[in-house]
Amino acid sequence: MRIYADNAATTKMTEKAVEAMLPYLTGTFGNPSSLSSEGQRAKEALEDARARIARCIGAAPREIIFTSGGSESDNQAIVSAAENGKRKGKTHIVSDTIEHHAVLHTLKKLEKKGFSVTYLPVHENGIVRTDELEAALRDDTCLVTVMYANNEIGTLQPVRDIGGICRERGIPFHTDAVQAVGHVPVNVIEDNIDMLSASAHKFGGPKGTGFLYVRKGVRVLPFIEGGAQERGLRAGTENVAGIVAAAAALEEAVSDMDEVAGRLTRLRDRIIKGFSMIPHSALNGDPVKRLPSNVSFCFEGIEGESLLLLLDDRGISASSGSACTSGSLDPSHVLLAIGRVHDVAHGSLRITLGRDADEEQADTIIKETAEVVSYLRGFSPVWRDLCSGKTGFIL
Amino acid sequence: MALYSEKVMDHFRNPRNVGVIEDADGVGEVGNAKCGDIMKMYLKIENDTVSDVKFETFGCGSAIASSSMATEMIKGKPLEDAMNLTNKAVAEALDGLPDYKMHCSVLAEEAIRSAIDDYYKKHPEKRKDN
Repeated sequence: MRIYADNAATTKMTEKAVEAMLPYLTGTFGNPSSLSSEGQRAKEALEDARARIARCIGAAPREIIFTSGGSESDNQAIVSAAENGKRKGKTHIVSDTIEHHAVLHTLKKLEKKGFSVTYLPVHENGIVRTDELEAALRDDTCLVTVMYANNEIGTLQPVRDIGGICRERGIPFHTDAVQAVGHVPVNVIEDNIDMLSASAHKFGGPKGTGFLYVRKGVRVLPFIEGGAQERGLRAGTENVAGIVAAAAALEEAVSDMDEVAGRLTRLRDRIIKGFSMIPHSALNGDPVKRLPSNVSFCFEGIEGESLLLLLDDRGISASSGSACTSGSLDPSHVLLAIGRVHDVAHGSLRITLGRDADEEQADTIIKETAEVVSYLRGFSPVWRDLCSGKTGFIL
Repeated sequence: MALYSEKVMDHFRNPRNVGVIEDADGVGEVGNAKCGDIMKMYLKIENDTVSDVKFETFGCGSAIASSSMATEMIKGKPLEDAMNLTNKAVAEALDGLPDYKMHCSVLAEEAIRSAIDDYYKKHPEKRKDN
């Protein structure tokens, strides 16, 4: 049986989520904005899902705006905060170097429009330092946006502390929590979050459905113009089936989070230990402050795409931050940001375990990876030069 | 559609002529690890013919497949034919490469040319245009 270890890319929908979704495709198919009984039943389901999702993250139902997913939520939160700030003459934003492109590209666009952005370094362990964040804040800072958990190296940011600092200074704080919601405990009140982006397909729900949490009193602007859905903040007929499935998936993820996270953490550490036995390799990101499902490694002397293709042949689906897998010449900005040089960053592997992962899967991943790395090193001129002493090992 | 053709995958999974020729007559290495691709070609030349060829490659699937295919296309062929091997011919023999992977076939062409240059440097008397 294949081992799907690319869950940070997307997850398989849970059975409960699929079951929850089906009645809203053909039975209760109405438009929630319509007054027909089909429409009103859809509206009820929509509001029920909103309340359940809100409960999962400690929010009030009115604070949830349904969107098409993480990217849209990130865009709307950041652009809204920027425009709100600009009206008050505040045009400075604080973020960091390892954000998802949905955040980074939005910030780049704002920079072209005259905003200035401070990108905090994340250091070798892939984590932002709160003292550096505090030092970066200015009187004209209109937004701090720092992700909850990184999609490539899995590191968890000190969101609660960052949120606390922002709250004290009256600066809106947004967090891209796409990789965190449903995987680690997230509570918008305890974590001092003003805006939070999430995506259903990362926690066992369907693709094309996500949400933006906006704390009461924080103002966001509509990103898509049209009807009055989502209290006028997000036009377009709601994806009722997707939203209902998202609620089912999130409730399931939250209800068994302790068990799943505990098991995955043990498996994660087992794989990290196993990969560490491969010579000249290194874990990317903090060994402890990371998602339970994430193992990110660099193997010197090989290239990531060939590693992925051969693992795929052996029944393991994974991911890499190598240039060849991104379609560009540069390896992942995240790996470069934690200080991995190009040569090493090309040889990266990301394993992200699914909620059904077990010890057997972990051991297969370790064994097959070790074999493929050794095979590829066997005819790598880079590895030959390293072994002969012609060049020096980095890892 | 899959990323790579069946032929690319075949040469990637079962690369031909992998390895090193210790007493090679010409060795060429192109690319750099920073960009994620390095190819090294080893040639054995007898009577102006490529009597043997081996390669080592650090790179993605198409880089390994391009190296493998290129060695197959020049093995046993006159040196002049090897010199004239184009990246286009390598890519065509592989039933095509994705656009952004065409540079892999270019590296294969360059690696062979670099190995032949090395051979001529060691054996200037063999160069026909001398």
